Amino acid sequence: MSAAPGLPDAPASVERSRAGAVRSTRTRAGVVSLALALACGVLGLVALGTGSLELSPVEVVEAIRDLGAGYRRYVVLEERLPRIVAALVFGAALGVGGAVFQSLTRNPLGSPDVIGFSTGAYTGALVVITTVGSSATAVAGGALAGGIGTALLVYALAWRGGVIGFRLVIVGIAVTALLASVNTYLLLRAKLEVAVAAATWGAGSLSLLTWQQALPALLLVAALLPVIALLSGGLRQLELGDDAARAHGLAVEPVRLSLVVAAVALTAAVTAVAGPIAFVALSAPQIAHRLCRSAGLPLLASALTGAFLLLLADFAAQHWFPQDLPVGVVTVVVGGLYLLWLLASEARKKVT
Amino acid sequence: MTTTQTPPGGPPPADAGAGPGADVGPDSPDRSLPVRVVGLLGCVLVLVAACALSLVVGAKAIPLSVVWDALLHGSDGTFDSIAVTSDRIPRTVAGVVAGAGLGVAGALIQAVTRNPLADPGILGVTAGSAFAIAMGIAVAGAVAPSTYLWLAFLGALVATVVVYLIGAVHRGSVSIARLTLAGVALAALLNGVTSGLVLTDPRAFDALRSWQAGSLKTRGWEVISPAAPWVLVGIVLALLLGRALNAVALGDDLAASLGAHVLRTRVLAVVGVTLLAGGATAIAGPVAFVGLMVPHVARRISGPDQRWILAFTVVLAPVLLVCADVVGRLLLPVGEIPAGIVTAVIGAPVLIILARRYRVAAL
Repeated sequence: MSAAPGLPDAPASVERSRAGAVRSTRTRAGVVSLALALACGVLGLVALGTGSLELSPVEVVEAIRDLGAGYRRYVVLEERLPRIVAALVFGAALGVGGAVFQSLTRNPLGSPDVIGFSTGAYTGALVVITTVGSSATAVAGGALAGGIGTALLVYALAWRGGVIGFRLVIVGIAVTALLASVNTYLLLRAKLEVAVAAATWGAGSLSLLTWQQALPALLLVAALLPVIALLSGGLRQLELGDDAARAHGLAVEPVRLSLVVAAVALTAAVTAVAGPIAFVALSAPQIAHRLCRSAGLPLLASALTGAFLLLLADFAAQHWFPQDLPVGVVTVVVGGLYLLWLLASEARKKVT
Repeated sequence: MTTTQTPPGGPPPADAGAGPGADVGPDSPDRSLPVRVVGLLGCVLVLVAACALSLVVGAKAIPLSVVWDALLHGSDGTFDSIAVTSDRIPRTVAGVVAGAGLGVAGALIQAVTRNPLADPGILGVTAGSAFAIAMGIAVAGAVAPSTYLWLAFLGALVATVVVYLIGAVHRGSVSIARLTLAGVALAALLNGVTSGLVLTDPRAFDALRSWQAGSLKTRGWEVISPAAPWVLVGIVLALLLGRALNAVALGDDLAASLGAHVLRTRVLAVVGVTLLAGGATAIAGPVAFVGLMVPHVARRISGPDQRWILAFTVVLAPVLLVCADVVGRLLLPVGEIPAGIVTAVIGAPVLIILARRYRVAAL
């Protein structure tokens, strides 16, 4: 990651005392989070100044502060800022949602995009678009219902006296394939203009996002993130196993349920507005985990990594190609590469 | 169960119990030779019936007598017979060739990776072909169907090797979950790049739009005739590998101690998968789940001997794809659903059932 340079390399902590190791991990997590936040800020400033109207970071700050900047101020605040804020907040939401899911399933692949949430949300949105119409609230509602329904279905189908990672993943793949063909069927049935609008949404895009469209989702995410922060102590205890958590006096089931509901709502809020953005929820917690070298999945760092990843992906999708690409196309490529690398390096570890 | 490992050059051990499969459940009984031969003949009859159905059924049902005339004497100029000769015969042949290719490719991958969930579509092999073709169109402007074929081979080969290396680095044991996941990740990655290319290049978009859904429609002879011989070579290669695959099913160490060339078998299997999946993808586009489902059905009928599984797959996989194509023609009031969509709808539940049945606590 480009946020990594400049960080102190943690020395081999073999001979180090346990308390020292914990302290250094905490320090490292703090430094990493700070660096990520800084990177998000810098990239955000750069993104605010990039486009058909090129502005230097100083000019951007001037345009924001100067009420009389007119056109420049409009471009920065009304056209670019919503998209950049949305990328940062949505990325954070996806990262946290993924981290919670992966912690609860104790599996890096237990993230919402792998278990069919995104495809299900797309199906729900498509059903609504083709039957009711493409008003924003209706689409958001359809996406929510579809996504949550699919996640529940995958869990139920993978359940056989417990859910293990392997079955969850395979069932998720199967349900995703099934829904993907249902989606194609719905698109083929639909009128062309409806199909085009739906397909744009389905690729996962932040372009043409206005404050009005983004605001409900932004508020929902802003409300949910503190909830998850409050529950994070419980999440850490659940990572140790249900019995240990219970022994520490944790009300296991209520905490787990509220965590799941909050994480689903986070992911759903993003998906409803921006469409399915693949692989951020999968990769952000894992990258944060490696950057921080922490025991569990660090929530704050996951949020910041997700924010940085999505902003970077959106920036790339917008400016690095001859045509404005949906950001989902970029995240799927980056995430796919990352997943392959993850699998390969895990396998190498097992061999040695 | 006894292992009949005949010495090289010996008579093929067609007797029961010839090849134990590592991934067979209790539901794969051994069959005697007559049962297998009769079963295979029955499957051939089913295939003939499916092809007849595919020639008759469509936007307009054409009576069998007209179809028969057109088959024997070519088109006599009427609309119906032109529809048969220029549309329905090519797409039926395409279904047979592509179906056989995909099915046998699936059986080969399942046998050589000892992974009951393997399929060229799920493992990203067809996505590799699609990606290579999209690259060819977008970068080099390649549009000749014969170029498609070689690009499809290249993509299939690279994807097979990459997925296999990532999924199976762990020496000896190929983790089912890891292999599947590596395939899905690669497919997602390649599809992402493909759709990125397609979205930025209208020409490629147009060329790939129909092809990418996995359809048998508009497959002219210019695509089928260069690909078919290679698929045939792949099928023959797979059938020749059958006995070695029986040994590999026992595990690498045991297979080596029985005198089987494990590495050679693997390499040849990869070559076979490349020819089969690449050829089939060049014809039909990325069609998933045919290679997953059919070998399981074949195993149920034939028992665990890989040679018979492969033989049954050659006949049964075209049945599935041709029937999927026929169903796809009938479901929409106007137009049709690509066969690849139909196979995915049938195949996904099968994958779920398999995942629930095999108690593999891998990963």
